[in-house]
Amino acid sequence: MLEELASTFPILTCILFLPVIGAVVLWLFDDEDMVRTSALTVALLELALCVFVLLRFIPESAAMQFSEHVPWIPALGVSYHLAVDGISVLFVGLTAFLTVLIIIYSWDTVRHQVKLYMMALLALETTTMGVLLSIDLILFFVFWELMLIPSYFLIKLWGGGAERHYAALKFVLYTLLGSVFMLVGIALLDINYHQWAMLRHMEPTYSFDLLQLLSVPIPFDQQVLIFWLLFLGFAFKAPVFPFHTWLPDALFEGPIGMAVVLAGLKLGTFGFIRFSIPLLPDASKSQTVVAITMALGLAAILYGAIMALVQQDFRRLLAFSSISHLGFVVIGLFALNYQGLQGSLLTMINLGFSTAGLFFIAGFLYSRQQSTQLSSFGGMAKQTPLLASFFLFIGLASIGLPGTNGFVGEFLILLGTFKANWLYGGIAVTGVIFGAAYFLWYYERSMLGPLGKAVKESMSDLHPREILIAAALSVMILWIGLYPAPFLRMMNGSVQALVDRLEGGTVASAESKQPIRVD
Amino acid sequence: MTDLLIKLIPLFPLLAVILNGLLGKRYSHETAHRLAWGSVGLSFLSTIAVFVDILRTGKSYEVIAYQWIFGGDLTINLAYLVDPLTCIMLLVVTGVGLLIHIYSVGYMHGESGFTRFFTYMNLFMVSMLLLVMGNNYVVLFIGWEGVGLCSYLLIGYYYDKVSAAKAASKAFVVNRIGDAGFLLAIFLIFVNFKTLDYTKVFAQIGLLSPEMATAIALCLLVGAVGKSAQIPLYTWLPDAMEGPTPVSALIHAATMVTAGVYMIVRNHVIFDSSPTAMAIVGTIGGITALFAATIGLVQTDIKRVLAYSTVSQLGYMFLGCGIGAYTAAIFHLMTHAFFKALLFLTAGSVIHALSGEQDIRKMGGLSSKIPWTHRLFLIGTIAIAGIPPLAGFWSKDEILAHAFTHHHYLLYGMAALGALLTSFYMFRLMYLTFYGTSRMDHHTEEHVHESPMVMVGPLMVLGVLSILGGFLGFPPEQGWLHQFLEPVAGLGGEHAVSTGLVLTLMMVATGIALLGWALAHYFYSVNLSAPDRLAKQFKAAYTTLLNKYYIDELYDLIWVEPTKTLGRWLDWFDRFVIDGLVHAVAQLADLVAAASTWAEKYVIYGGLNAIGYGNHLAARQWRQLQSGMVHHYAAVIVAGIFLLAVIVQLIMQL
Repeated sequence: MLEELASTFPILTCILFLPVIGAVVLWLFDDEDMVRTSALTVALLELALCVFVLLRFIPESAAMQFSEHVPWIPALGVSYHLAVDGISVLFVGLTAFLTVLIIIYSWDTVRHQVKLYMMALLALETTTMGVLLSIDLILFFVFWELMLIPSYFLIKLWGGGAERHYAALKFVLYTLLGSVFMLVGIALLDINYHQWAMLRHMEPTYSFDLLQLLSVPIPFDQQVLIFWLLFLGFAFKAPVFPFHTWLPDALFEGPIGMAVVLAGLKLGTFGFIRFSIPLLPDASKSQTVVAITMALGLAAILYGAIMALVQQDFRRLLAFSSISHLGFVVIGLFALNYQGLQGSLLTMINLGFSTAGLFFIAGFLYSRQQSTQLSSFGGMAKQTPLLASFFLFIGLASIGLPGTNGFVGEFLILLGTFKANWLYGGIAVTGVIFGAAYFLWYYERSMLGPLGKAVKESMSDLHPREILIAAALSVMILWIGLYPAPFLRMMNGSVQALVDRLEGGTVASAESKQPIRVD
Repeated sequence: MTDLLIKLIPLFPLLAVILNGLLGKRYSHETAHRLAWGSVGLSFLSTIAVFVDILRTGKSYEVIAYQWIFGGDLTINLAYLVDPLTCIMLLVVTGVGLLIHIYSVGYMHGESGFTRFFTYMNLFMVSMLLLVMGNNYVVLFIGWEGVGLCSYLLIGYYYDKVSAAKAASKAFVVNRIGDAGFLLAIFLIFVNFKTLDYTKVFAQIGLLSPEMATAIALCLLVGAVGKSAQIPLYTWLPDAMEGPTPVSALIHAATMVTAGVYMIVRNHVIFDSSPTAMAIVGTIGGITALFAATIGLVQTDIKRVLAYSTVSQLGYMFLGCGIGAYTAAIFHLMTHAFFKALLFLTAGSVIHALSGEQDIRKMGGLSSKIPWTHRLFLIGTIAIAGIPPLAGFWSKDEILAHAFTHHHYLLYGMAALGALLTSFYMFRLMYLTFYGTSRMDHHTEEHVHESPMVMVGPLMVLGVLSILGGFLGFPPEQGWLHQFLEPVAGLGGEHAVSTGLVLTLMMVATGIALLGWALAHYFYSVNLSAPDRLAKQFKAAYTTLLNKYYIDELYDLIWVEPTKTLGRWLDWFDRFVIDGLVHAVAQLADLVAAASTWAEKYVIYGGLNAIGYGNHLAARQWRQLQSGMVHHYAAVIVAGIFLLAVIVQLIMQL
């Protein structure tokens, strides 16, 4: 069994429910400023809790930490089991960080139904935390589904586009459809565990607990089947090419805050590294699976990048750039070696600063011109130098310039992929060129050159709240870019464990009763 | 002590970047520029101290700043290696860099983005220093892309000019093509050696198969070709002249563009293991040297002539690398840094004097009006043309002589012809700018003035270096520089060459340079109508040259436009095919929903009981699950799922 470090104080439960309790409290207020202040307070408290967890997290360890375990539906083997490890702990911090920034951003950009908006946002934070913290797959699934409710309303009610109802529905249906497959996969995992438990007279006889599921072997055919079922669930959510068409719509039609969450928190690919790869190592490394995932990843890199090249709208460009970046994450994951996994994990976190950061930039642009269409801009650098500078800086991070966080992640992914397969690595490297091309070309046309016709002379540069957001993101970008050591140390233990598990496979590990080595 | 100094070298300009970048608006331009050049000055002084130490002790230093990227079998430190090769690069970068920073104080005076300019310049220094100081490929790569970024920022310094913005993006993207190659090389090196530190890689070089050496060397070469503007990736450099002139001098002549040469020399053991790669390096260098020189013949923008000349001179350095004359390549890199920086900065002085005019057709007769600029430009011209005893002669001749004595006659021929053209187009530039009658418009002519001391001073230093710099490599192949670099670059194979042959080759080289001068004199001083007549007579050749062989247009046609078209086509595909399928599936979903409701009612319990599975689900709990906490839709899903699961299970048991 994977080592578990129980927590004396249920801090993860606090992290999980604080936002939703905060949301309920918001209900009591009528004054809009009061609502905003309270929402921000809740989000900051949440961030403080998460920072505490990050600080107390034991690095270079594969252990499940701050673990809490309470039976929920014993007969079904469902339990309320929360924990963080090197895979999830950074996501937890990132979620809290982004929520704070979104609330700050929404301060004056969301003007109607502020209370409901903030409540939805906080509810979304709770469900996201649930997805990240759950060790029990049913618990995970519940949060995975619940996440859709606030997301749906956020897109539908506060979206800026004319097609927002369509986009919201499309997003929900897409994810729901994926979850159907995923739930079948989860059920199969449970059934497999049950059969194994009956044979060995193990207790409990049913389990959805990741750690228990990890302790039993799964026949190869079964693994492959479950893999594809889970894959569909995660791939729809990620989204992995070609299941991506909801993303441009949701990002374009929905509010900036929602876009930041969708583009910044890569929960789909988190699912791969949290569940698919460790639970199904033999399937994950089987030739067909690797070939198909790699092909999809590489296709996404190039497809997304070339699509981004011709987009006239910045948010659509970002959607496709996001798809391209996810391609990198996917190939890194299925390189199935240390650098690939580490790089993918770091890149998922990085995108929460860079791609999400660019969505904030899109938001800044939107507040000024009520549009992110290229035709609304041109030569802005003269008018809004700070905006242009942050735009460039965050953009460079997203195209992986050394010195920024993007480089560290991308470099590791490419190195890992190349180690696994030269051809795949070689193809992926071309994405680096396209990335520079689509970003710089858009930047050139929107920010440089003479002042665009649609740009008002009176357009103001970033105001303090916006500067705060951009500066906070920039600090993180530079920190991870120049001194990633603390982040790498946190994830290294779990990455090593994952690599060992991939080498061992489930059958071997079950026999040794020591599925994941703890250093 | 030396360790600390080494760490400080890149830190000084970094500090200036941070201060000027964050606080630059709060203090005067004076404070900003003092910080900027002062920090480079401190780096220069530290470099000298390190240099003296290495000169005395003959040691190389490896200094680790901190662990940067690590995990599993990979460790990448932010660490420096200072050996003789790095020392020479450091001296060139900080020394020439300092002079150009000082010059810029005068040149950029009164610009609105004054502080921004110096922040970028210092950031460039930081990147360039990392590039030459890194002890592993990844630190080299940080510097490599860092200088690319600064190049982007500085080419686009006048960002409200469309041409500047376009040139900046082009430079970055074309360089990224090279960078992708470089990345592949890094990966190949890691896969083969399990490390990315130079010393560890070079120590295991014997393990490398010739094919692998060729693959690595060629990938490195792609990177070098991008950064050093060689065929086929040179097109960004002429456009890069959109940047302010000190930028052209520092980045696009003296330092950044030579990074490719540095990289090849640094990795010469890899290149030495692959004759194929060497031949390709030499050929690219030779062709580029000649090809760029031909374009330089007819250009009319003073900076563009110099830009093509830079491409051509970099070609000589590549040629030198390709024939194993590494020391000569670095020698030429160094002298070129002196005289090309001098030429660009004097050109800047001319442009400054003419209130921004860059077209040599609108100059002429400037020698008496700006005498110091004239004299210094003449020194630069003589140096680049390769007339002894100025710096360019010694280094270029060494490359040519090496080519000849090592039987690379074709390359020698190309280089020699290139030298003739170089001499010709440089003196053409000289004559059109400084001699003859003035073609300036009246208004410009009235305002012509010599540049202030802050600009002329650094030029004089560069002038002296352009005259004397060649003696660092004198006598040929046995000079001080050769001995100093011997531990790193080797002597490129000892060849007993008779003194007579060496002297003959020198005389031939000198003769070629003088012939170029004589031709330029004839065309632009004696028979002034000859150029036009020739241009008319060979109209096709002339227009081809004037349009730079239409290479930019060609690249647009075969790369840029098809990619955009593909993008538009994929956009259509995305909207109508992929999303169309999605919509079709959505319509099916109605049917599925109806089916699953039916399934819940009639099949699920039956199904569960059929395999004895249902017994385990306490009915009470099941009902609770259904009605209590989960929404109706979720219940439908859960039911459907278990049904599916059961069916799958049944099938698998059969």
